[in-house]
Amino acid sequence: MTFSPELEARFADLLTHYPPGRQRGALIPMLMYAQDEVGAVTPDLMEELAKRLGISVLQVDEVVGYYSMLHKKPQGKYHIQICTNVACMLRGGAELYEHACKKLGVGHKQTQASGKFSLEEVECIGACSWAPAIQVNYDFHHEVTVSQLDQVLEGLQ
Amino acid sequence: MKLYNPPSPLETKVISKRFGVENSWRLDTYLATGGFEAFKKVMEWTPDQIIDEVKASSLRGRGGAGFPTGLKWSFVPKNVEGPKYIVVNADESEPGTCKDRLLIEHDPYQMIEGILIAAKAVGATKGWVYIRGEYRYLIDHFDSVLKEAYQRGYLGKNIAGTGFDFDLYSQTGAGAYECGEESALLESLEGKRGVPRIRPPFPAVSGAFQAPTVLNNVETFSTVPEIIRGGGKWYADLGTPKNGGTRMVCLAGHVNKPGVYEVPLGMNMMYFINEIGGGMWKGKKMKATIPGGSSCPILRADECDIPMDYDSMAKAGTMLGSGGMMVMDEDTDMVKIALRIMRFYKHESCGWCIPCREGTTWLQKMLARIVDGNGAMRDVDMVGELAKSMLGRTFCPLGDAAAMPTISIVEKFRPEFEAYVARNPFASSELVQVG
Repeated sequence: MTFSPELEARFADLLTHYPPGRQRGALIPMLMYAQDEVGAVTPDLMEELAKRLGISVLQVDEVVGYYSMLHKKPQGKYHIQICTNVACMLRGGAELYEHACKKLGVGHKQTQASGKFSLEEVECIGACSWAPAIQVNYDFHHEVTVSQLDQVLEGLQ
Repeated sequence: MKLYNPPSPLETKVISKRFGVENSWRLDTYLATGGFEAFKKVMEWTPDQIIDEVKASSLRGRGGAGFPTGLKWSFVPKNVEGPKYIVVNADESEPGTCKDRLLIEHDPYQMIEGILIAAKAVGATKGWVYIRGEYRYLIDHFDSVLKEAYQRGYLGKNIAGTGFDFDLYSQTGAGAYECGEESALLESLEGKRGVPRIRPPFPAVSGAFQAPTVLNNVETFSTVPEIIRGGGKWYADLGTPKNGGTRMVCLAGHVNKPGVYEVPLGMNMMYFINEIGGGMWKGKKMKATIPGGSSCPILRADECDIPMDYDSMAKAGTMLGSGGMMVMDEDTDMVKIALRIMRFYKHESCGWCIPCREGTTWLQKMLARIVDGNGAMRDVDMVGELAKSMLGRTFCPLGDAAAMPTISIVEKFRPEFEAYVARNPFASSELVQVG
């Protein structure tokens, strides 16, 4: 499996961060950064990282299964994450989520057939004082109203 | 970097004083405003002098548990062979908490200087800042700061010409609340599932990669340079006895001016909510407040007229936790709050300990049953009983974190649970009398 030169450079740098013989420490960052490039944690990717770090595919797999941001299936081009935890709930997060479900025609962890949008109801994303908050891929939007959510979604091509 | 909420004139800005300053995250801005003075000062000190100064400040951990920082550092064994490490907890996942991202966004060098001072105090040579994966923008930002720090000689070999060496890296999380717990964070740093370790040994003795490790929250490290500059006593006097200094409080919920504000420990909570937070929104009355993140027991409105410090909160039966304060107005449905909190803990339980894994699952089922109108009075009792039976029976505090708010909400707002049950036509007393 081949990666872009930028990602290879990042991997090479990451591997210098850990004590000798403990390069497995790079596994989670490598999975996160590779997932962004590949689109998902594919069986090929798991095998490749296992080989590079000298661990078994099973050891990679059990890590992938644990962390909520690592996903084996591709998400939409725009992954819409809406927080409904307490701080956001108190200021309309649940209503935002329901609106997004209707508007996008998909539910929790589902992707549109076109592949454009996927939706996820997420737990606290650390924007509680500026609630309700959403993330589109890695971008934060704070104090979002239903009409602002519409604007955000309509602005994405 | 833009501020997400305007500051309040009633804040005491010690660690947030550079917030909003142009290019506040750049090295030159930091150096021009007293940056690295504390680091250069402690280069002349012995490790014990540094630890004593931090002890004198009565700084307590800002991540949630409130353990005295100087004491924690003093647990790192001296005169042992091999490397020692610093780990910064920037996992910031406790619902209600959003302060650490601001400290890294606006004033990353302050945290870096605090890390270097801690490294000097315990003899560490390498460190990681573990940032939650959702904060990718922050990881990218911090990586650019690290690059500048290395280029300008404020990390790496012979830092600022002092002869002191230290390497610092960012480490991304991948979405797991449990990794905010120190031993689970260390497992994650080693490339494993984030499940807790049995303690002892504590991280001070065997932490990252089984080496002695100082592990503190972003805010804790960020406070250290000012303590060294102003002196431990000066910092301590900003707060109340045994509760030194200021802290960042994240105000959220039904208030007019939610935001992150820096206030001295011991400030009255109602004063904070009304004067800094602008009072309740829409002219409503307050019903309850969760004072320090969703794992803290809830306070009724009439219990909130207390000083915000670790000891006063403990006396009121709750915690200052991670500073995530969520205020709820009179229309808030406390049963739904209890269910939402439990949904979170059920989702985030790592599954390692049975009381937590099964306890959160069953508590969620029972609370959902009540909310859906299928609950019986027996369920209300059982929620409280089951939550109590989880306390203290797990490797890490996640089990307690799920149980504590639940117990307090059921106790303090029981009539709301009973009202849900009363709407269930099948919950007759004959049906619920079992055994």
